Amino acid sequence: MIRTDLFVSVSPHIKQDVTVAKIMWTVVACLIPPLVLSMFVFGFQILYITLMSVGSCVATEAISEKLLSRPITVKDGSAVITGLLLAYVIPPGVPFWMPIPAAIMAIFVTKVLMGGLGFNIFNPALIGRAFLVATYPVAMTTAWLEPIRDASVFKYAGAGVDAISAATPLYVLKHYGMSAFMEKFGSMSAIYTDFFIGLRPGCIGETSALLLLIGGIFLIWKKYITWHIPISLILSVGVLTWIFGGETLFTGNPLVAVLSGGVMLGAFFMATDYVTSPTQKTGKLIFGAGIGALTVLIRLKGGYPEGICYAILLMNSLTPALDQWFRPKRFSEGAKI
Amino acid sequence: MGLFRLKGFPGTGNFRHGIHPPDNKSLSAESKVEVMQTPETVVLPLLQHIGAQCKPVVKPRQIVRYGEVVGVGRAFISASLHSPVAGKVKKIGMVTLPNSMHLPAISIKTEGDQINPQRLWDEMTAMDWPRDCISIYAPETIAKIIHNSGIVGLGGAAFPTHVKVAPNDSRMIDTLLINGCECEPYLSCDDRLMREAPKAIVTGALLAGRAVAAKEIVICVENNKPEAILKLQQATEKTLIKIAVLKTKYPQGSEKQLVKSVLGLEIPLGGLPSDAGVAISNVATIASVARGVIKEGPLTHRVISVSGRGIKHPKNLFVPIGISMGEVIEYCGGITEDAARIISGGPMMGFAFSDMTTPVTKGTSGITVLTHDEISDEQETSCVRCGRCVDACPMNLVPTRLALAARYNNPSIAIRYHINACFECGCCTYVCPAKIKLVQLIRTGKKLVAAMAKS
Repeated sequence: MIRTDLFVSVSPHIKQDVTVAKIMWTVVACLIPPLVLSMFVFGFQILYITLMSVGSCVATEAISEKLLSRPITVKDGSAVITGLLLAYVIPPGVPFWMPIPAAIMAIFVTKVLMGGLGFNIFNPALIGRAFLVATYPVAMTTAWLEPIRDASVFKYAGAGVDAISAATPLYVLKHYGMSAFMEKFGSMSAIYTDFFIGLRPGCIGETSALLLLIGGIFLIWKKYITWHIPISLILSVGVLTWIFGGETLFTGNPLVAVLSGGVMLGAFFMATDYVTSPTQKTGKLIFGAGIGALTVLIRLKGGYPEGICYAILLMNSLTPALDQWFRPKRFSEGAKI
Repeated sequence: MGLFRLKGFPGTGNFRHGIHPPDNKSLSAESKVEVMQTPETVVLPLLQHIGAQCKPVVKPRQIVRYGEVVGVGRAFISASLHSPVAGKVKKIGMVTLPNSMHLPAISIKTEGDQINPQRLWDEMTAMDWPRDCISIYAPETIAKIIHNSGIVGLGGAAFPTHVKVAPNDSRMIDTLLINGCECEPYLSCDDRLMREAPKAIVTGALLAGRAVAAKEIVICVENNKPEAILKLQQATEKTLIKIAVLKTKYPQGSEKQLVKSVLGLEIPLGGLPSDAGVAISNVATIASVARGVIKEGPLTHRVISVSGRGIKHPKNLFVPIGISMGEVIEYCGGITEDAARIISGGPMMGFAFSDMTTPVTKGTSGITVLTHDEISDEQETSCVRCGRCVDACPMNLVPTRLALAARYNNPSIAIRYHINACFECGCCTYVCPAKIKLVQLIRTGKKLVAAMAKS
């Protein structure tokens, strides 16, 4: 009496309703609110840059996988995330075609050639940005826009890079000091409010600490990411800036350091990339703290006003070692009974 | 963790990691245990426990009485087999169990006057189980009766119980833990037993506690069974038995995790609970100890739950061991149109089968029938190193690393990452978003490691 209509398999017979694609698309959803806000802060033209970035990332992945006779994996949403993140770390005043070479670098060289999703060593979007900084340094370091405060969302559309140039908070801080910074951005409380909401010059998707925080906390609540990397990263940037960032020791402003540049975007959405970060908690804490330390080092002593992109890339290369060094302690390891 | 303490116990009522699958217990947990009538035939495999196979002591065409020994376990780690019916031995044939063992089995055709199974169940649920005259039984006597009654662990592993309670000078038992966690989704047989036969469990606990000379007896129940907890609290009044209410979490009922939760102790790898001065037994086992000692009845019947969305009428049943799974399923109205997989046990660690003649054995805790929606086997994608398996593993291993070691035939990495600490609970496979069959790969890896150790 054998029933042939049944499916026999080995345990476990049930699985959680979570797939890689579901996680990736949730991350995409969490990245949308900062984009919408940016459209009103930097003008609607940033939408074209973003769509160009996402489109070229997805196309690069599909075409390169087709050419290499691999299964097409664009449905899993990871190329969309790379496209969004790539756009988010580009200044809002760059020409529309700018993301295309970066997307090829990010998806084809950094991801597909390494073996596809799960095998890349470096964060693809950040390699894309690093590539742009090396190849188009002028646009990547000067195409900043002043936030629009009068809802004229087409103000910057069609304007050339040269016509519009603002300075980022970190640039002003680095080259002109705290008094010039206060002069440009207003009183401390106004700075905190504006920076927290996202009303400051910066890359397309990095300015709104509030919306990035909401997205990040949602991902932590869904248990798609853990708190270890974001918290250790933000704490390390804050504490190290407080110690070393001022005229004398212990006079730096940690809040400004955390709210400017790409710290929030990096902490919640870049450094927490599964593939390029450690899988274990101790490793994650060191990874996040290391990124924070390198960021502060580059900001204070390096040639660039912001360093989180290179800090994450440098720590990415340490991920395999961190996983080796900090293995979880097995249950009852060292138990004395 | 560590900040909280379970009131009255050294542990926290919790262990690290683990998962929270939907427990689906409400499908069957509210239906009272029904007694199934004696079937026409029973099939009794000669190995229903961990240890040495029984030797058959009956021949074809021999008449057997209810409770008569039909298979004898001569080795120390073995258990005897008793006929759950009166009848005539048909043959000693072969049977394949869901756990993939192919074994000789005694088939008995029922004939003549049968014991009324309702009477056995009524005895179990009676309120007059003794609590005070336990001391008339010497510990050796209790161990001997348990041995003679063929009692094995009814939670699923089916380890012979007499081995756990046998007098042993080299180990001292401080605590007897009685496992009523029932952490597998769907299953509700232990829950029902605790609700309907709490007095038998208490008597059994006192007897087993006396046999191992335990200083403390603790009944452990997950907090998703409030009625069972209430009934046990009433039944244990004025006894020394304590009740530990634990966090609902899979695999709370696993020995090592349970000892950690309640007592805060970690049993070393390769060690037994007795190394920590602990003996653990399932509630159903303990109830059959009470029956064996007080009513002098061998283990012939057990409670199983038949549940899942693929079964028409989920139920809890009191059935004779050896009844076919098909008959039990028919009694519950059969399976539904969209039933896709029938499992002996629960969905996390149970065994799927398709042969409806498969008998219920001593270790069968239930039958779970899953539907197509529940078993959808999605395409495996590559590991994205999300670390969900690491955060789910109750043994604190790195499942993805172990699975990779197995996939790329690298036993030395598997050993370095403690592959043999894995007890195959399946948490890693449950949470994997890439749908990688992690625990299955780890099983393969264990074979690689064993093969390497041999060569």
